[in-house]
Amino acid sequence: MNPFAVEVSNLGRRFGPVVAVENLNFSVERGELFGIVGPDGAGKTTTLRMLAGVLRPTAGDARVCGASVVRDPEEVKRRIGYVSQRFGLYQDLTVRENLDFYADLYRVPRELRVSRMERLYRFSGLGEFQDRLAGNLSGGMKQKLGLCCALIHEPEVLFLDEPTFGVDPISRRDLWILVHEMVARGVTVVVSTAYLDEAERCDRIAVLDRGALLAVDSPARLQASLGGKIWSVRADDLPRAQAVLRSLPGVRRVTRFGDALHLTLTDPQRDQRRVIDALGREGIALLGAEEVEPSLEDVFMEMTQNRP
Amino acid sequence: MVNRGRLWAIARKEAIQLRRDPRSLALAFLLPLFLIVFFGYAISFDVKDIRLGVLDYSQGPASRRLVESFQASGYFQVTRWFADPREMERALGRGLVRLALVIPPDFEGRLGSGRAAPLQLLLDGSDAATAAVAQNYAEAIVARFAAENTLRGMELRLPVEAEIRIWYNQTLESRNMVVPGLVAVIMSIIAAMLTALTIAREWERGTMEQLISTPVTRTEVVLGKLLPYMAIGLADVAAAITAGRFVFGVPLRGDLLLLAVLTLLFLVGALGVGMSISALVKSQLLATQAAIMLTYLPAILLSGFVFSISTMPWVLQAITHVVPARYYVAVTRGIFLKAVGAGVLWVDVVAMVLFAAAGLGLALAAFRKELG
Repeated sequence: MNPFAVEVSNLGRRFGPVVAVENLNFSVERGELFGIVGPDGAGKTTTLRMLAGVLRPTAGDARVCGASVVRDPEEVKRRIGYVSQRFGLYQDLTVRENLDFYADLYRVPRELRVSRMERLYRFSGLGEFQDRLAGNLSGGMKQKLGLCCALIHEPEVLFLDEPTFGVDPISRRDLWILVHEMVARGVTVVVSTAYLDEAERCDRIAVLDRGALLAVDSPARLQASLGGKIWSVRADDLPRAQAVLRSLPGVRRVTRFGDALHLTLTDPQRDQRRVIDALGREGIALLGAEEVEPSLEDVFMEMTQNRP
Repeated sequence: MVNRGRLWAIARKEAIQLRRDPRSLALAFLLPLFLIVFFGYAISFDVKDIRLGVLDYSQGPASRRLVESFQASGYFQVTRWFADPREMERALGRGLVRLALVIPPDFEGRLGSGRAAPLQLLLDGSDAATAAVAQNYAEAIVARFAAENTLRGMELRLPVEAEIRIWYNQTLESRNMVVPGLVAVIMSIIAAMLTALTIAREWERGTMEQLISTPVTRTEVVLGKLLPYMAIGLADVAAAITAGRFVFGVPLRGDLLLLAVLTLLFLVGALGVGMSISALVKSQLLATQAAIMLTYLPAILLSGFVFSISTMPWVLQAITHVVPARYYVAVTRGIFLKAVGAGVLWVDVVAMVLFAAAGLGLALAAFRKELG
């Protein structure tokens, strides 16, 4: 059996003269929780739409469950579940009517339907809202309903486009619990997100920025790839300190993180001294400094800021 | 390509949405009802009981007879007797009368001596159509009156007397023409106002993206969406025919089954056109406007429903040949009033079949199961 649920090769999409994404190459293993991570406009939605077979690529191809999204998108659709970023269910239908509708479209046999619905109701906590119009659900509940409708036919691969977008923190946590539950059941989940704390939950992530794939790896290995520690410095005039340190030799990168500056140094022993001297010369008070493990955010900043 | 379960799922979903949307319900059921009442009762193209004013200087038995024959014709109703021309002018100007008859003082004498007896008829031409009809009626009445007077006392019949008889719509009531034609208009409205929205609405609301990510086929979506609207269309047509028959007394002389089949074909065509517009423009506002231009307006203006095709300029006449409603109006009038069968109506039957095929084909071709 093909160990890959998704195999993307040279995938690209233009909208007229605008390149949304290009040259994507990555694979998702079966049973993996795979993240597509990037800021707004990185091309996450375009990528997921192509993988779900609802948007035709203008370059390359992708195989999902062995079927080509270019040549046989309908076969792809039979095998996957897809939840669009924007709520895509019928607001004027009840929870149960929406579920029934999607069960019909996926031709879920009658005899399986009751038990599956029961399980999805329990799994999502939507049971008590069965007869409520979908339009009257809260944002988090809507997303859960979307998830249930995409799971009614027990797909092999599930594509979730920013499932926690605009959802309150509690519902966000709930949704991630559901995602992990599905992965535990053996479903391959490909999820896009702009939140790095969510990216850290994934087995592997693809980092996307302005239509280009920057890296594909596990969050831990991506952090390790920065090679060494980050020096976190707190000072009393951060904007000026940032400007001063930017031009200092030996400081590869300066990023502001809350009330601290994260510095990537070429040679920590030598360059820490230089930083302290430079701040002293400028009369900026050093409030504290410590070595920290690079976070995914550091990785992200490093990768996106060093691009032309 | 069509799975019955999925087809029904789409149809059922669409029906539920329709049921919960007051605006759609009003368009589907109240608007047609309003149109039936409006065209059946309020609007009449008939010219009857035209208000007539008389300025009689003669005041003799002959002038009284003349006025009586106006009154007896049924087309005119004498509502004013004028004492002088100024009063008459005022009444015409204000529209109190549409027509004024002036009988000169020497009318009686001239008639008696066998000389020509001139009369004056003043018509309010501001409503040209009514004025033209009123003029014809009035001339006919005067001619008849003249003939009777000339021939009075003689047992002589005119060598040729036309016995005019109007077939199919004996009383020439416009209502009989309107109600069958109205069915075509109602269906165009459903196509334009309801069907044109269905696909565009799903694109606008974002439900289409979710729908096309499932294995549902294009045919299932298009046919499934058509079904509830066809049911509404047929219900409206049945209501229009029933109201026409029992409320307005429009006779249904022909084959009901033939009418039903052809109606269904027209409905498929009209709804198909509405749906293809909806699939193409993906915006509810644009789709409605385009559908009104392409189905509703031609059905009202170019189908022969309101304006007779034979009196149109040739360019418009030529255009009507591609207006499907034209053939459907011919079908309904033929079956309603003339009881003709498919043999006579074969051109229109072929047109209905072509229209249904084209409408459905267009809708299937226009709807794509992908974002663009």
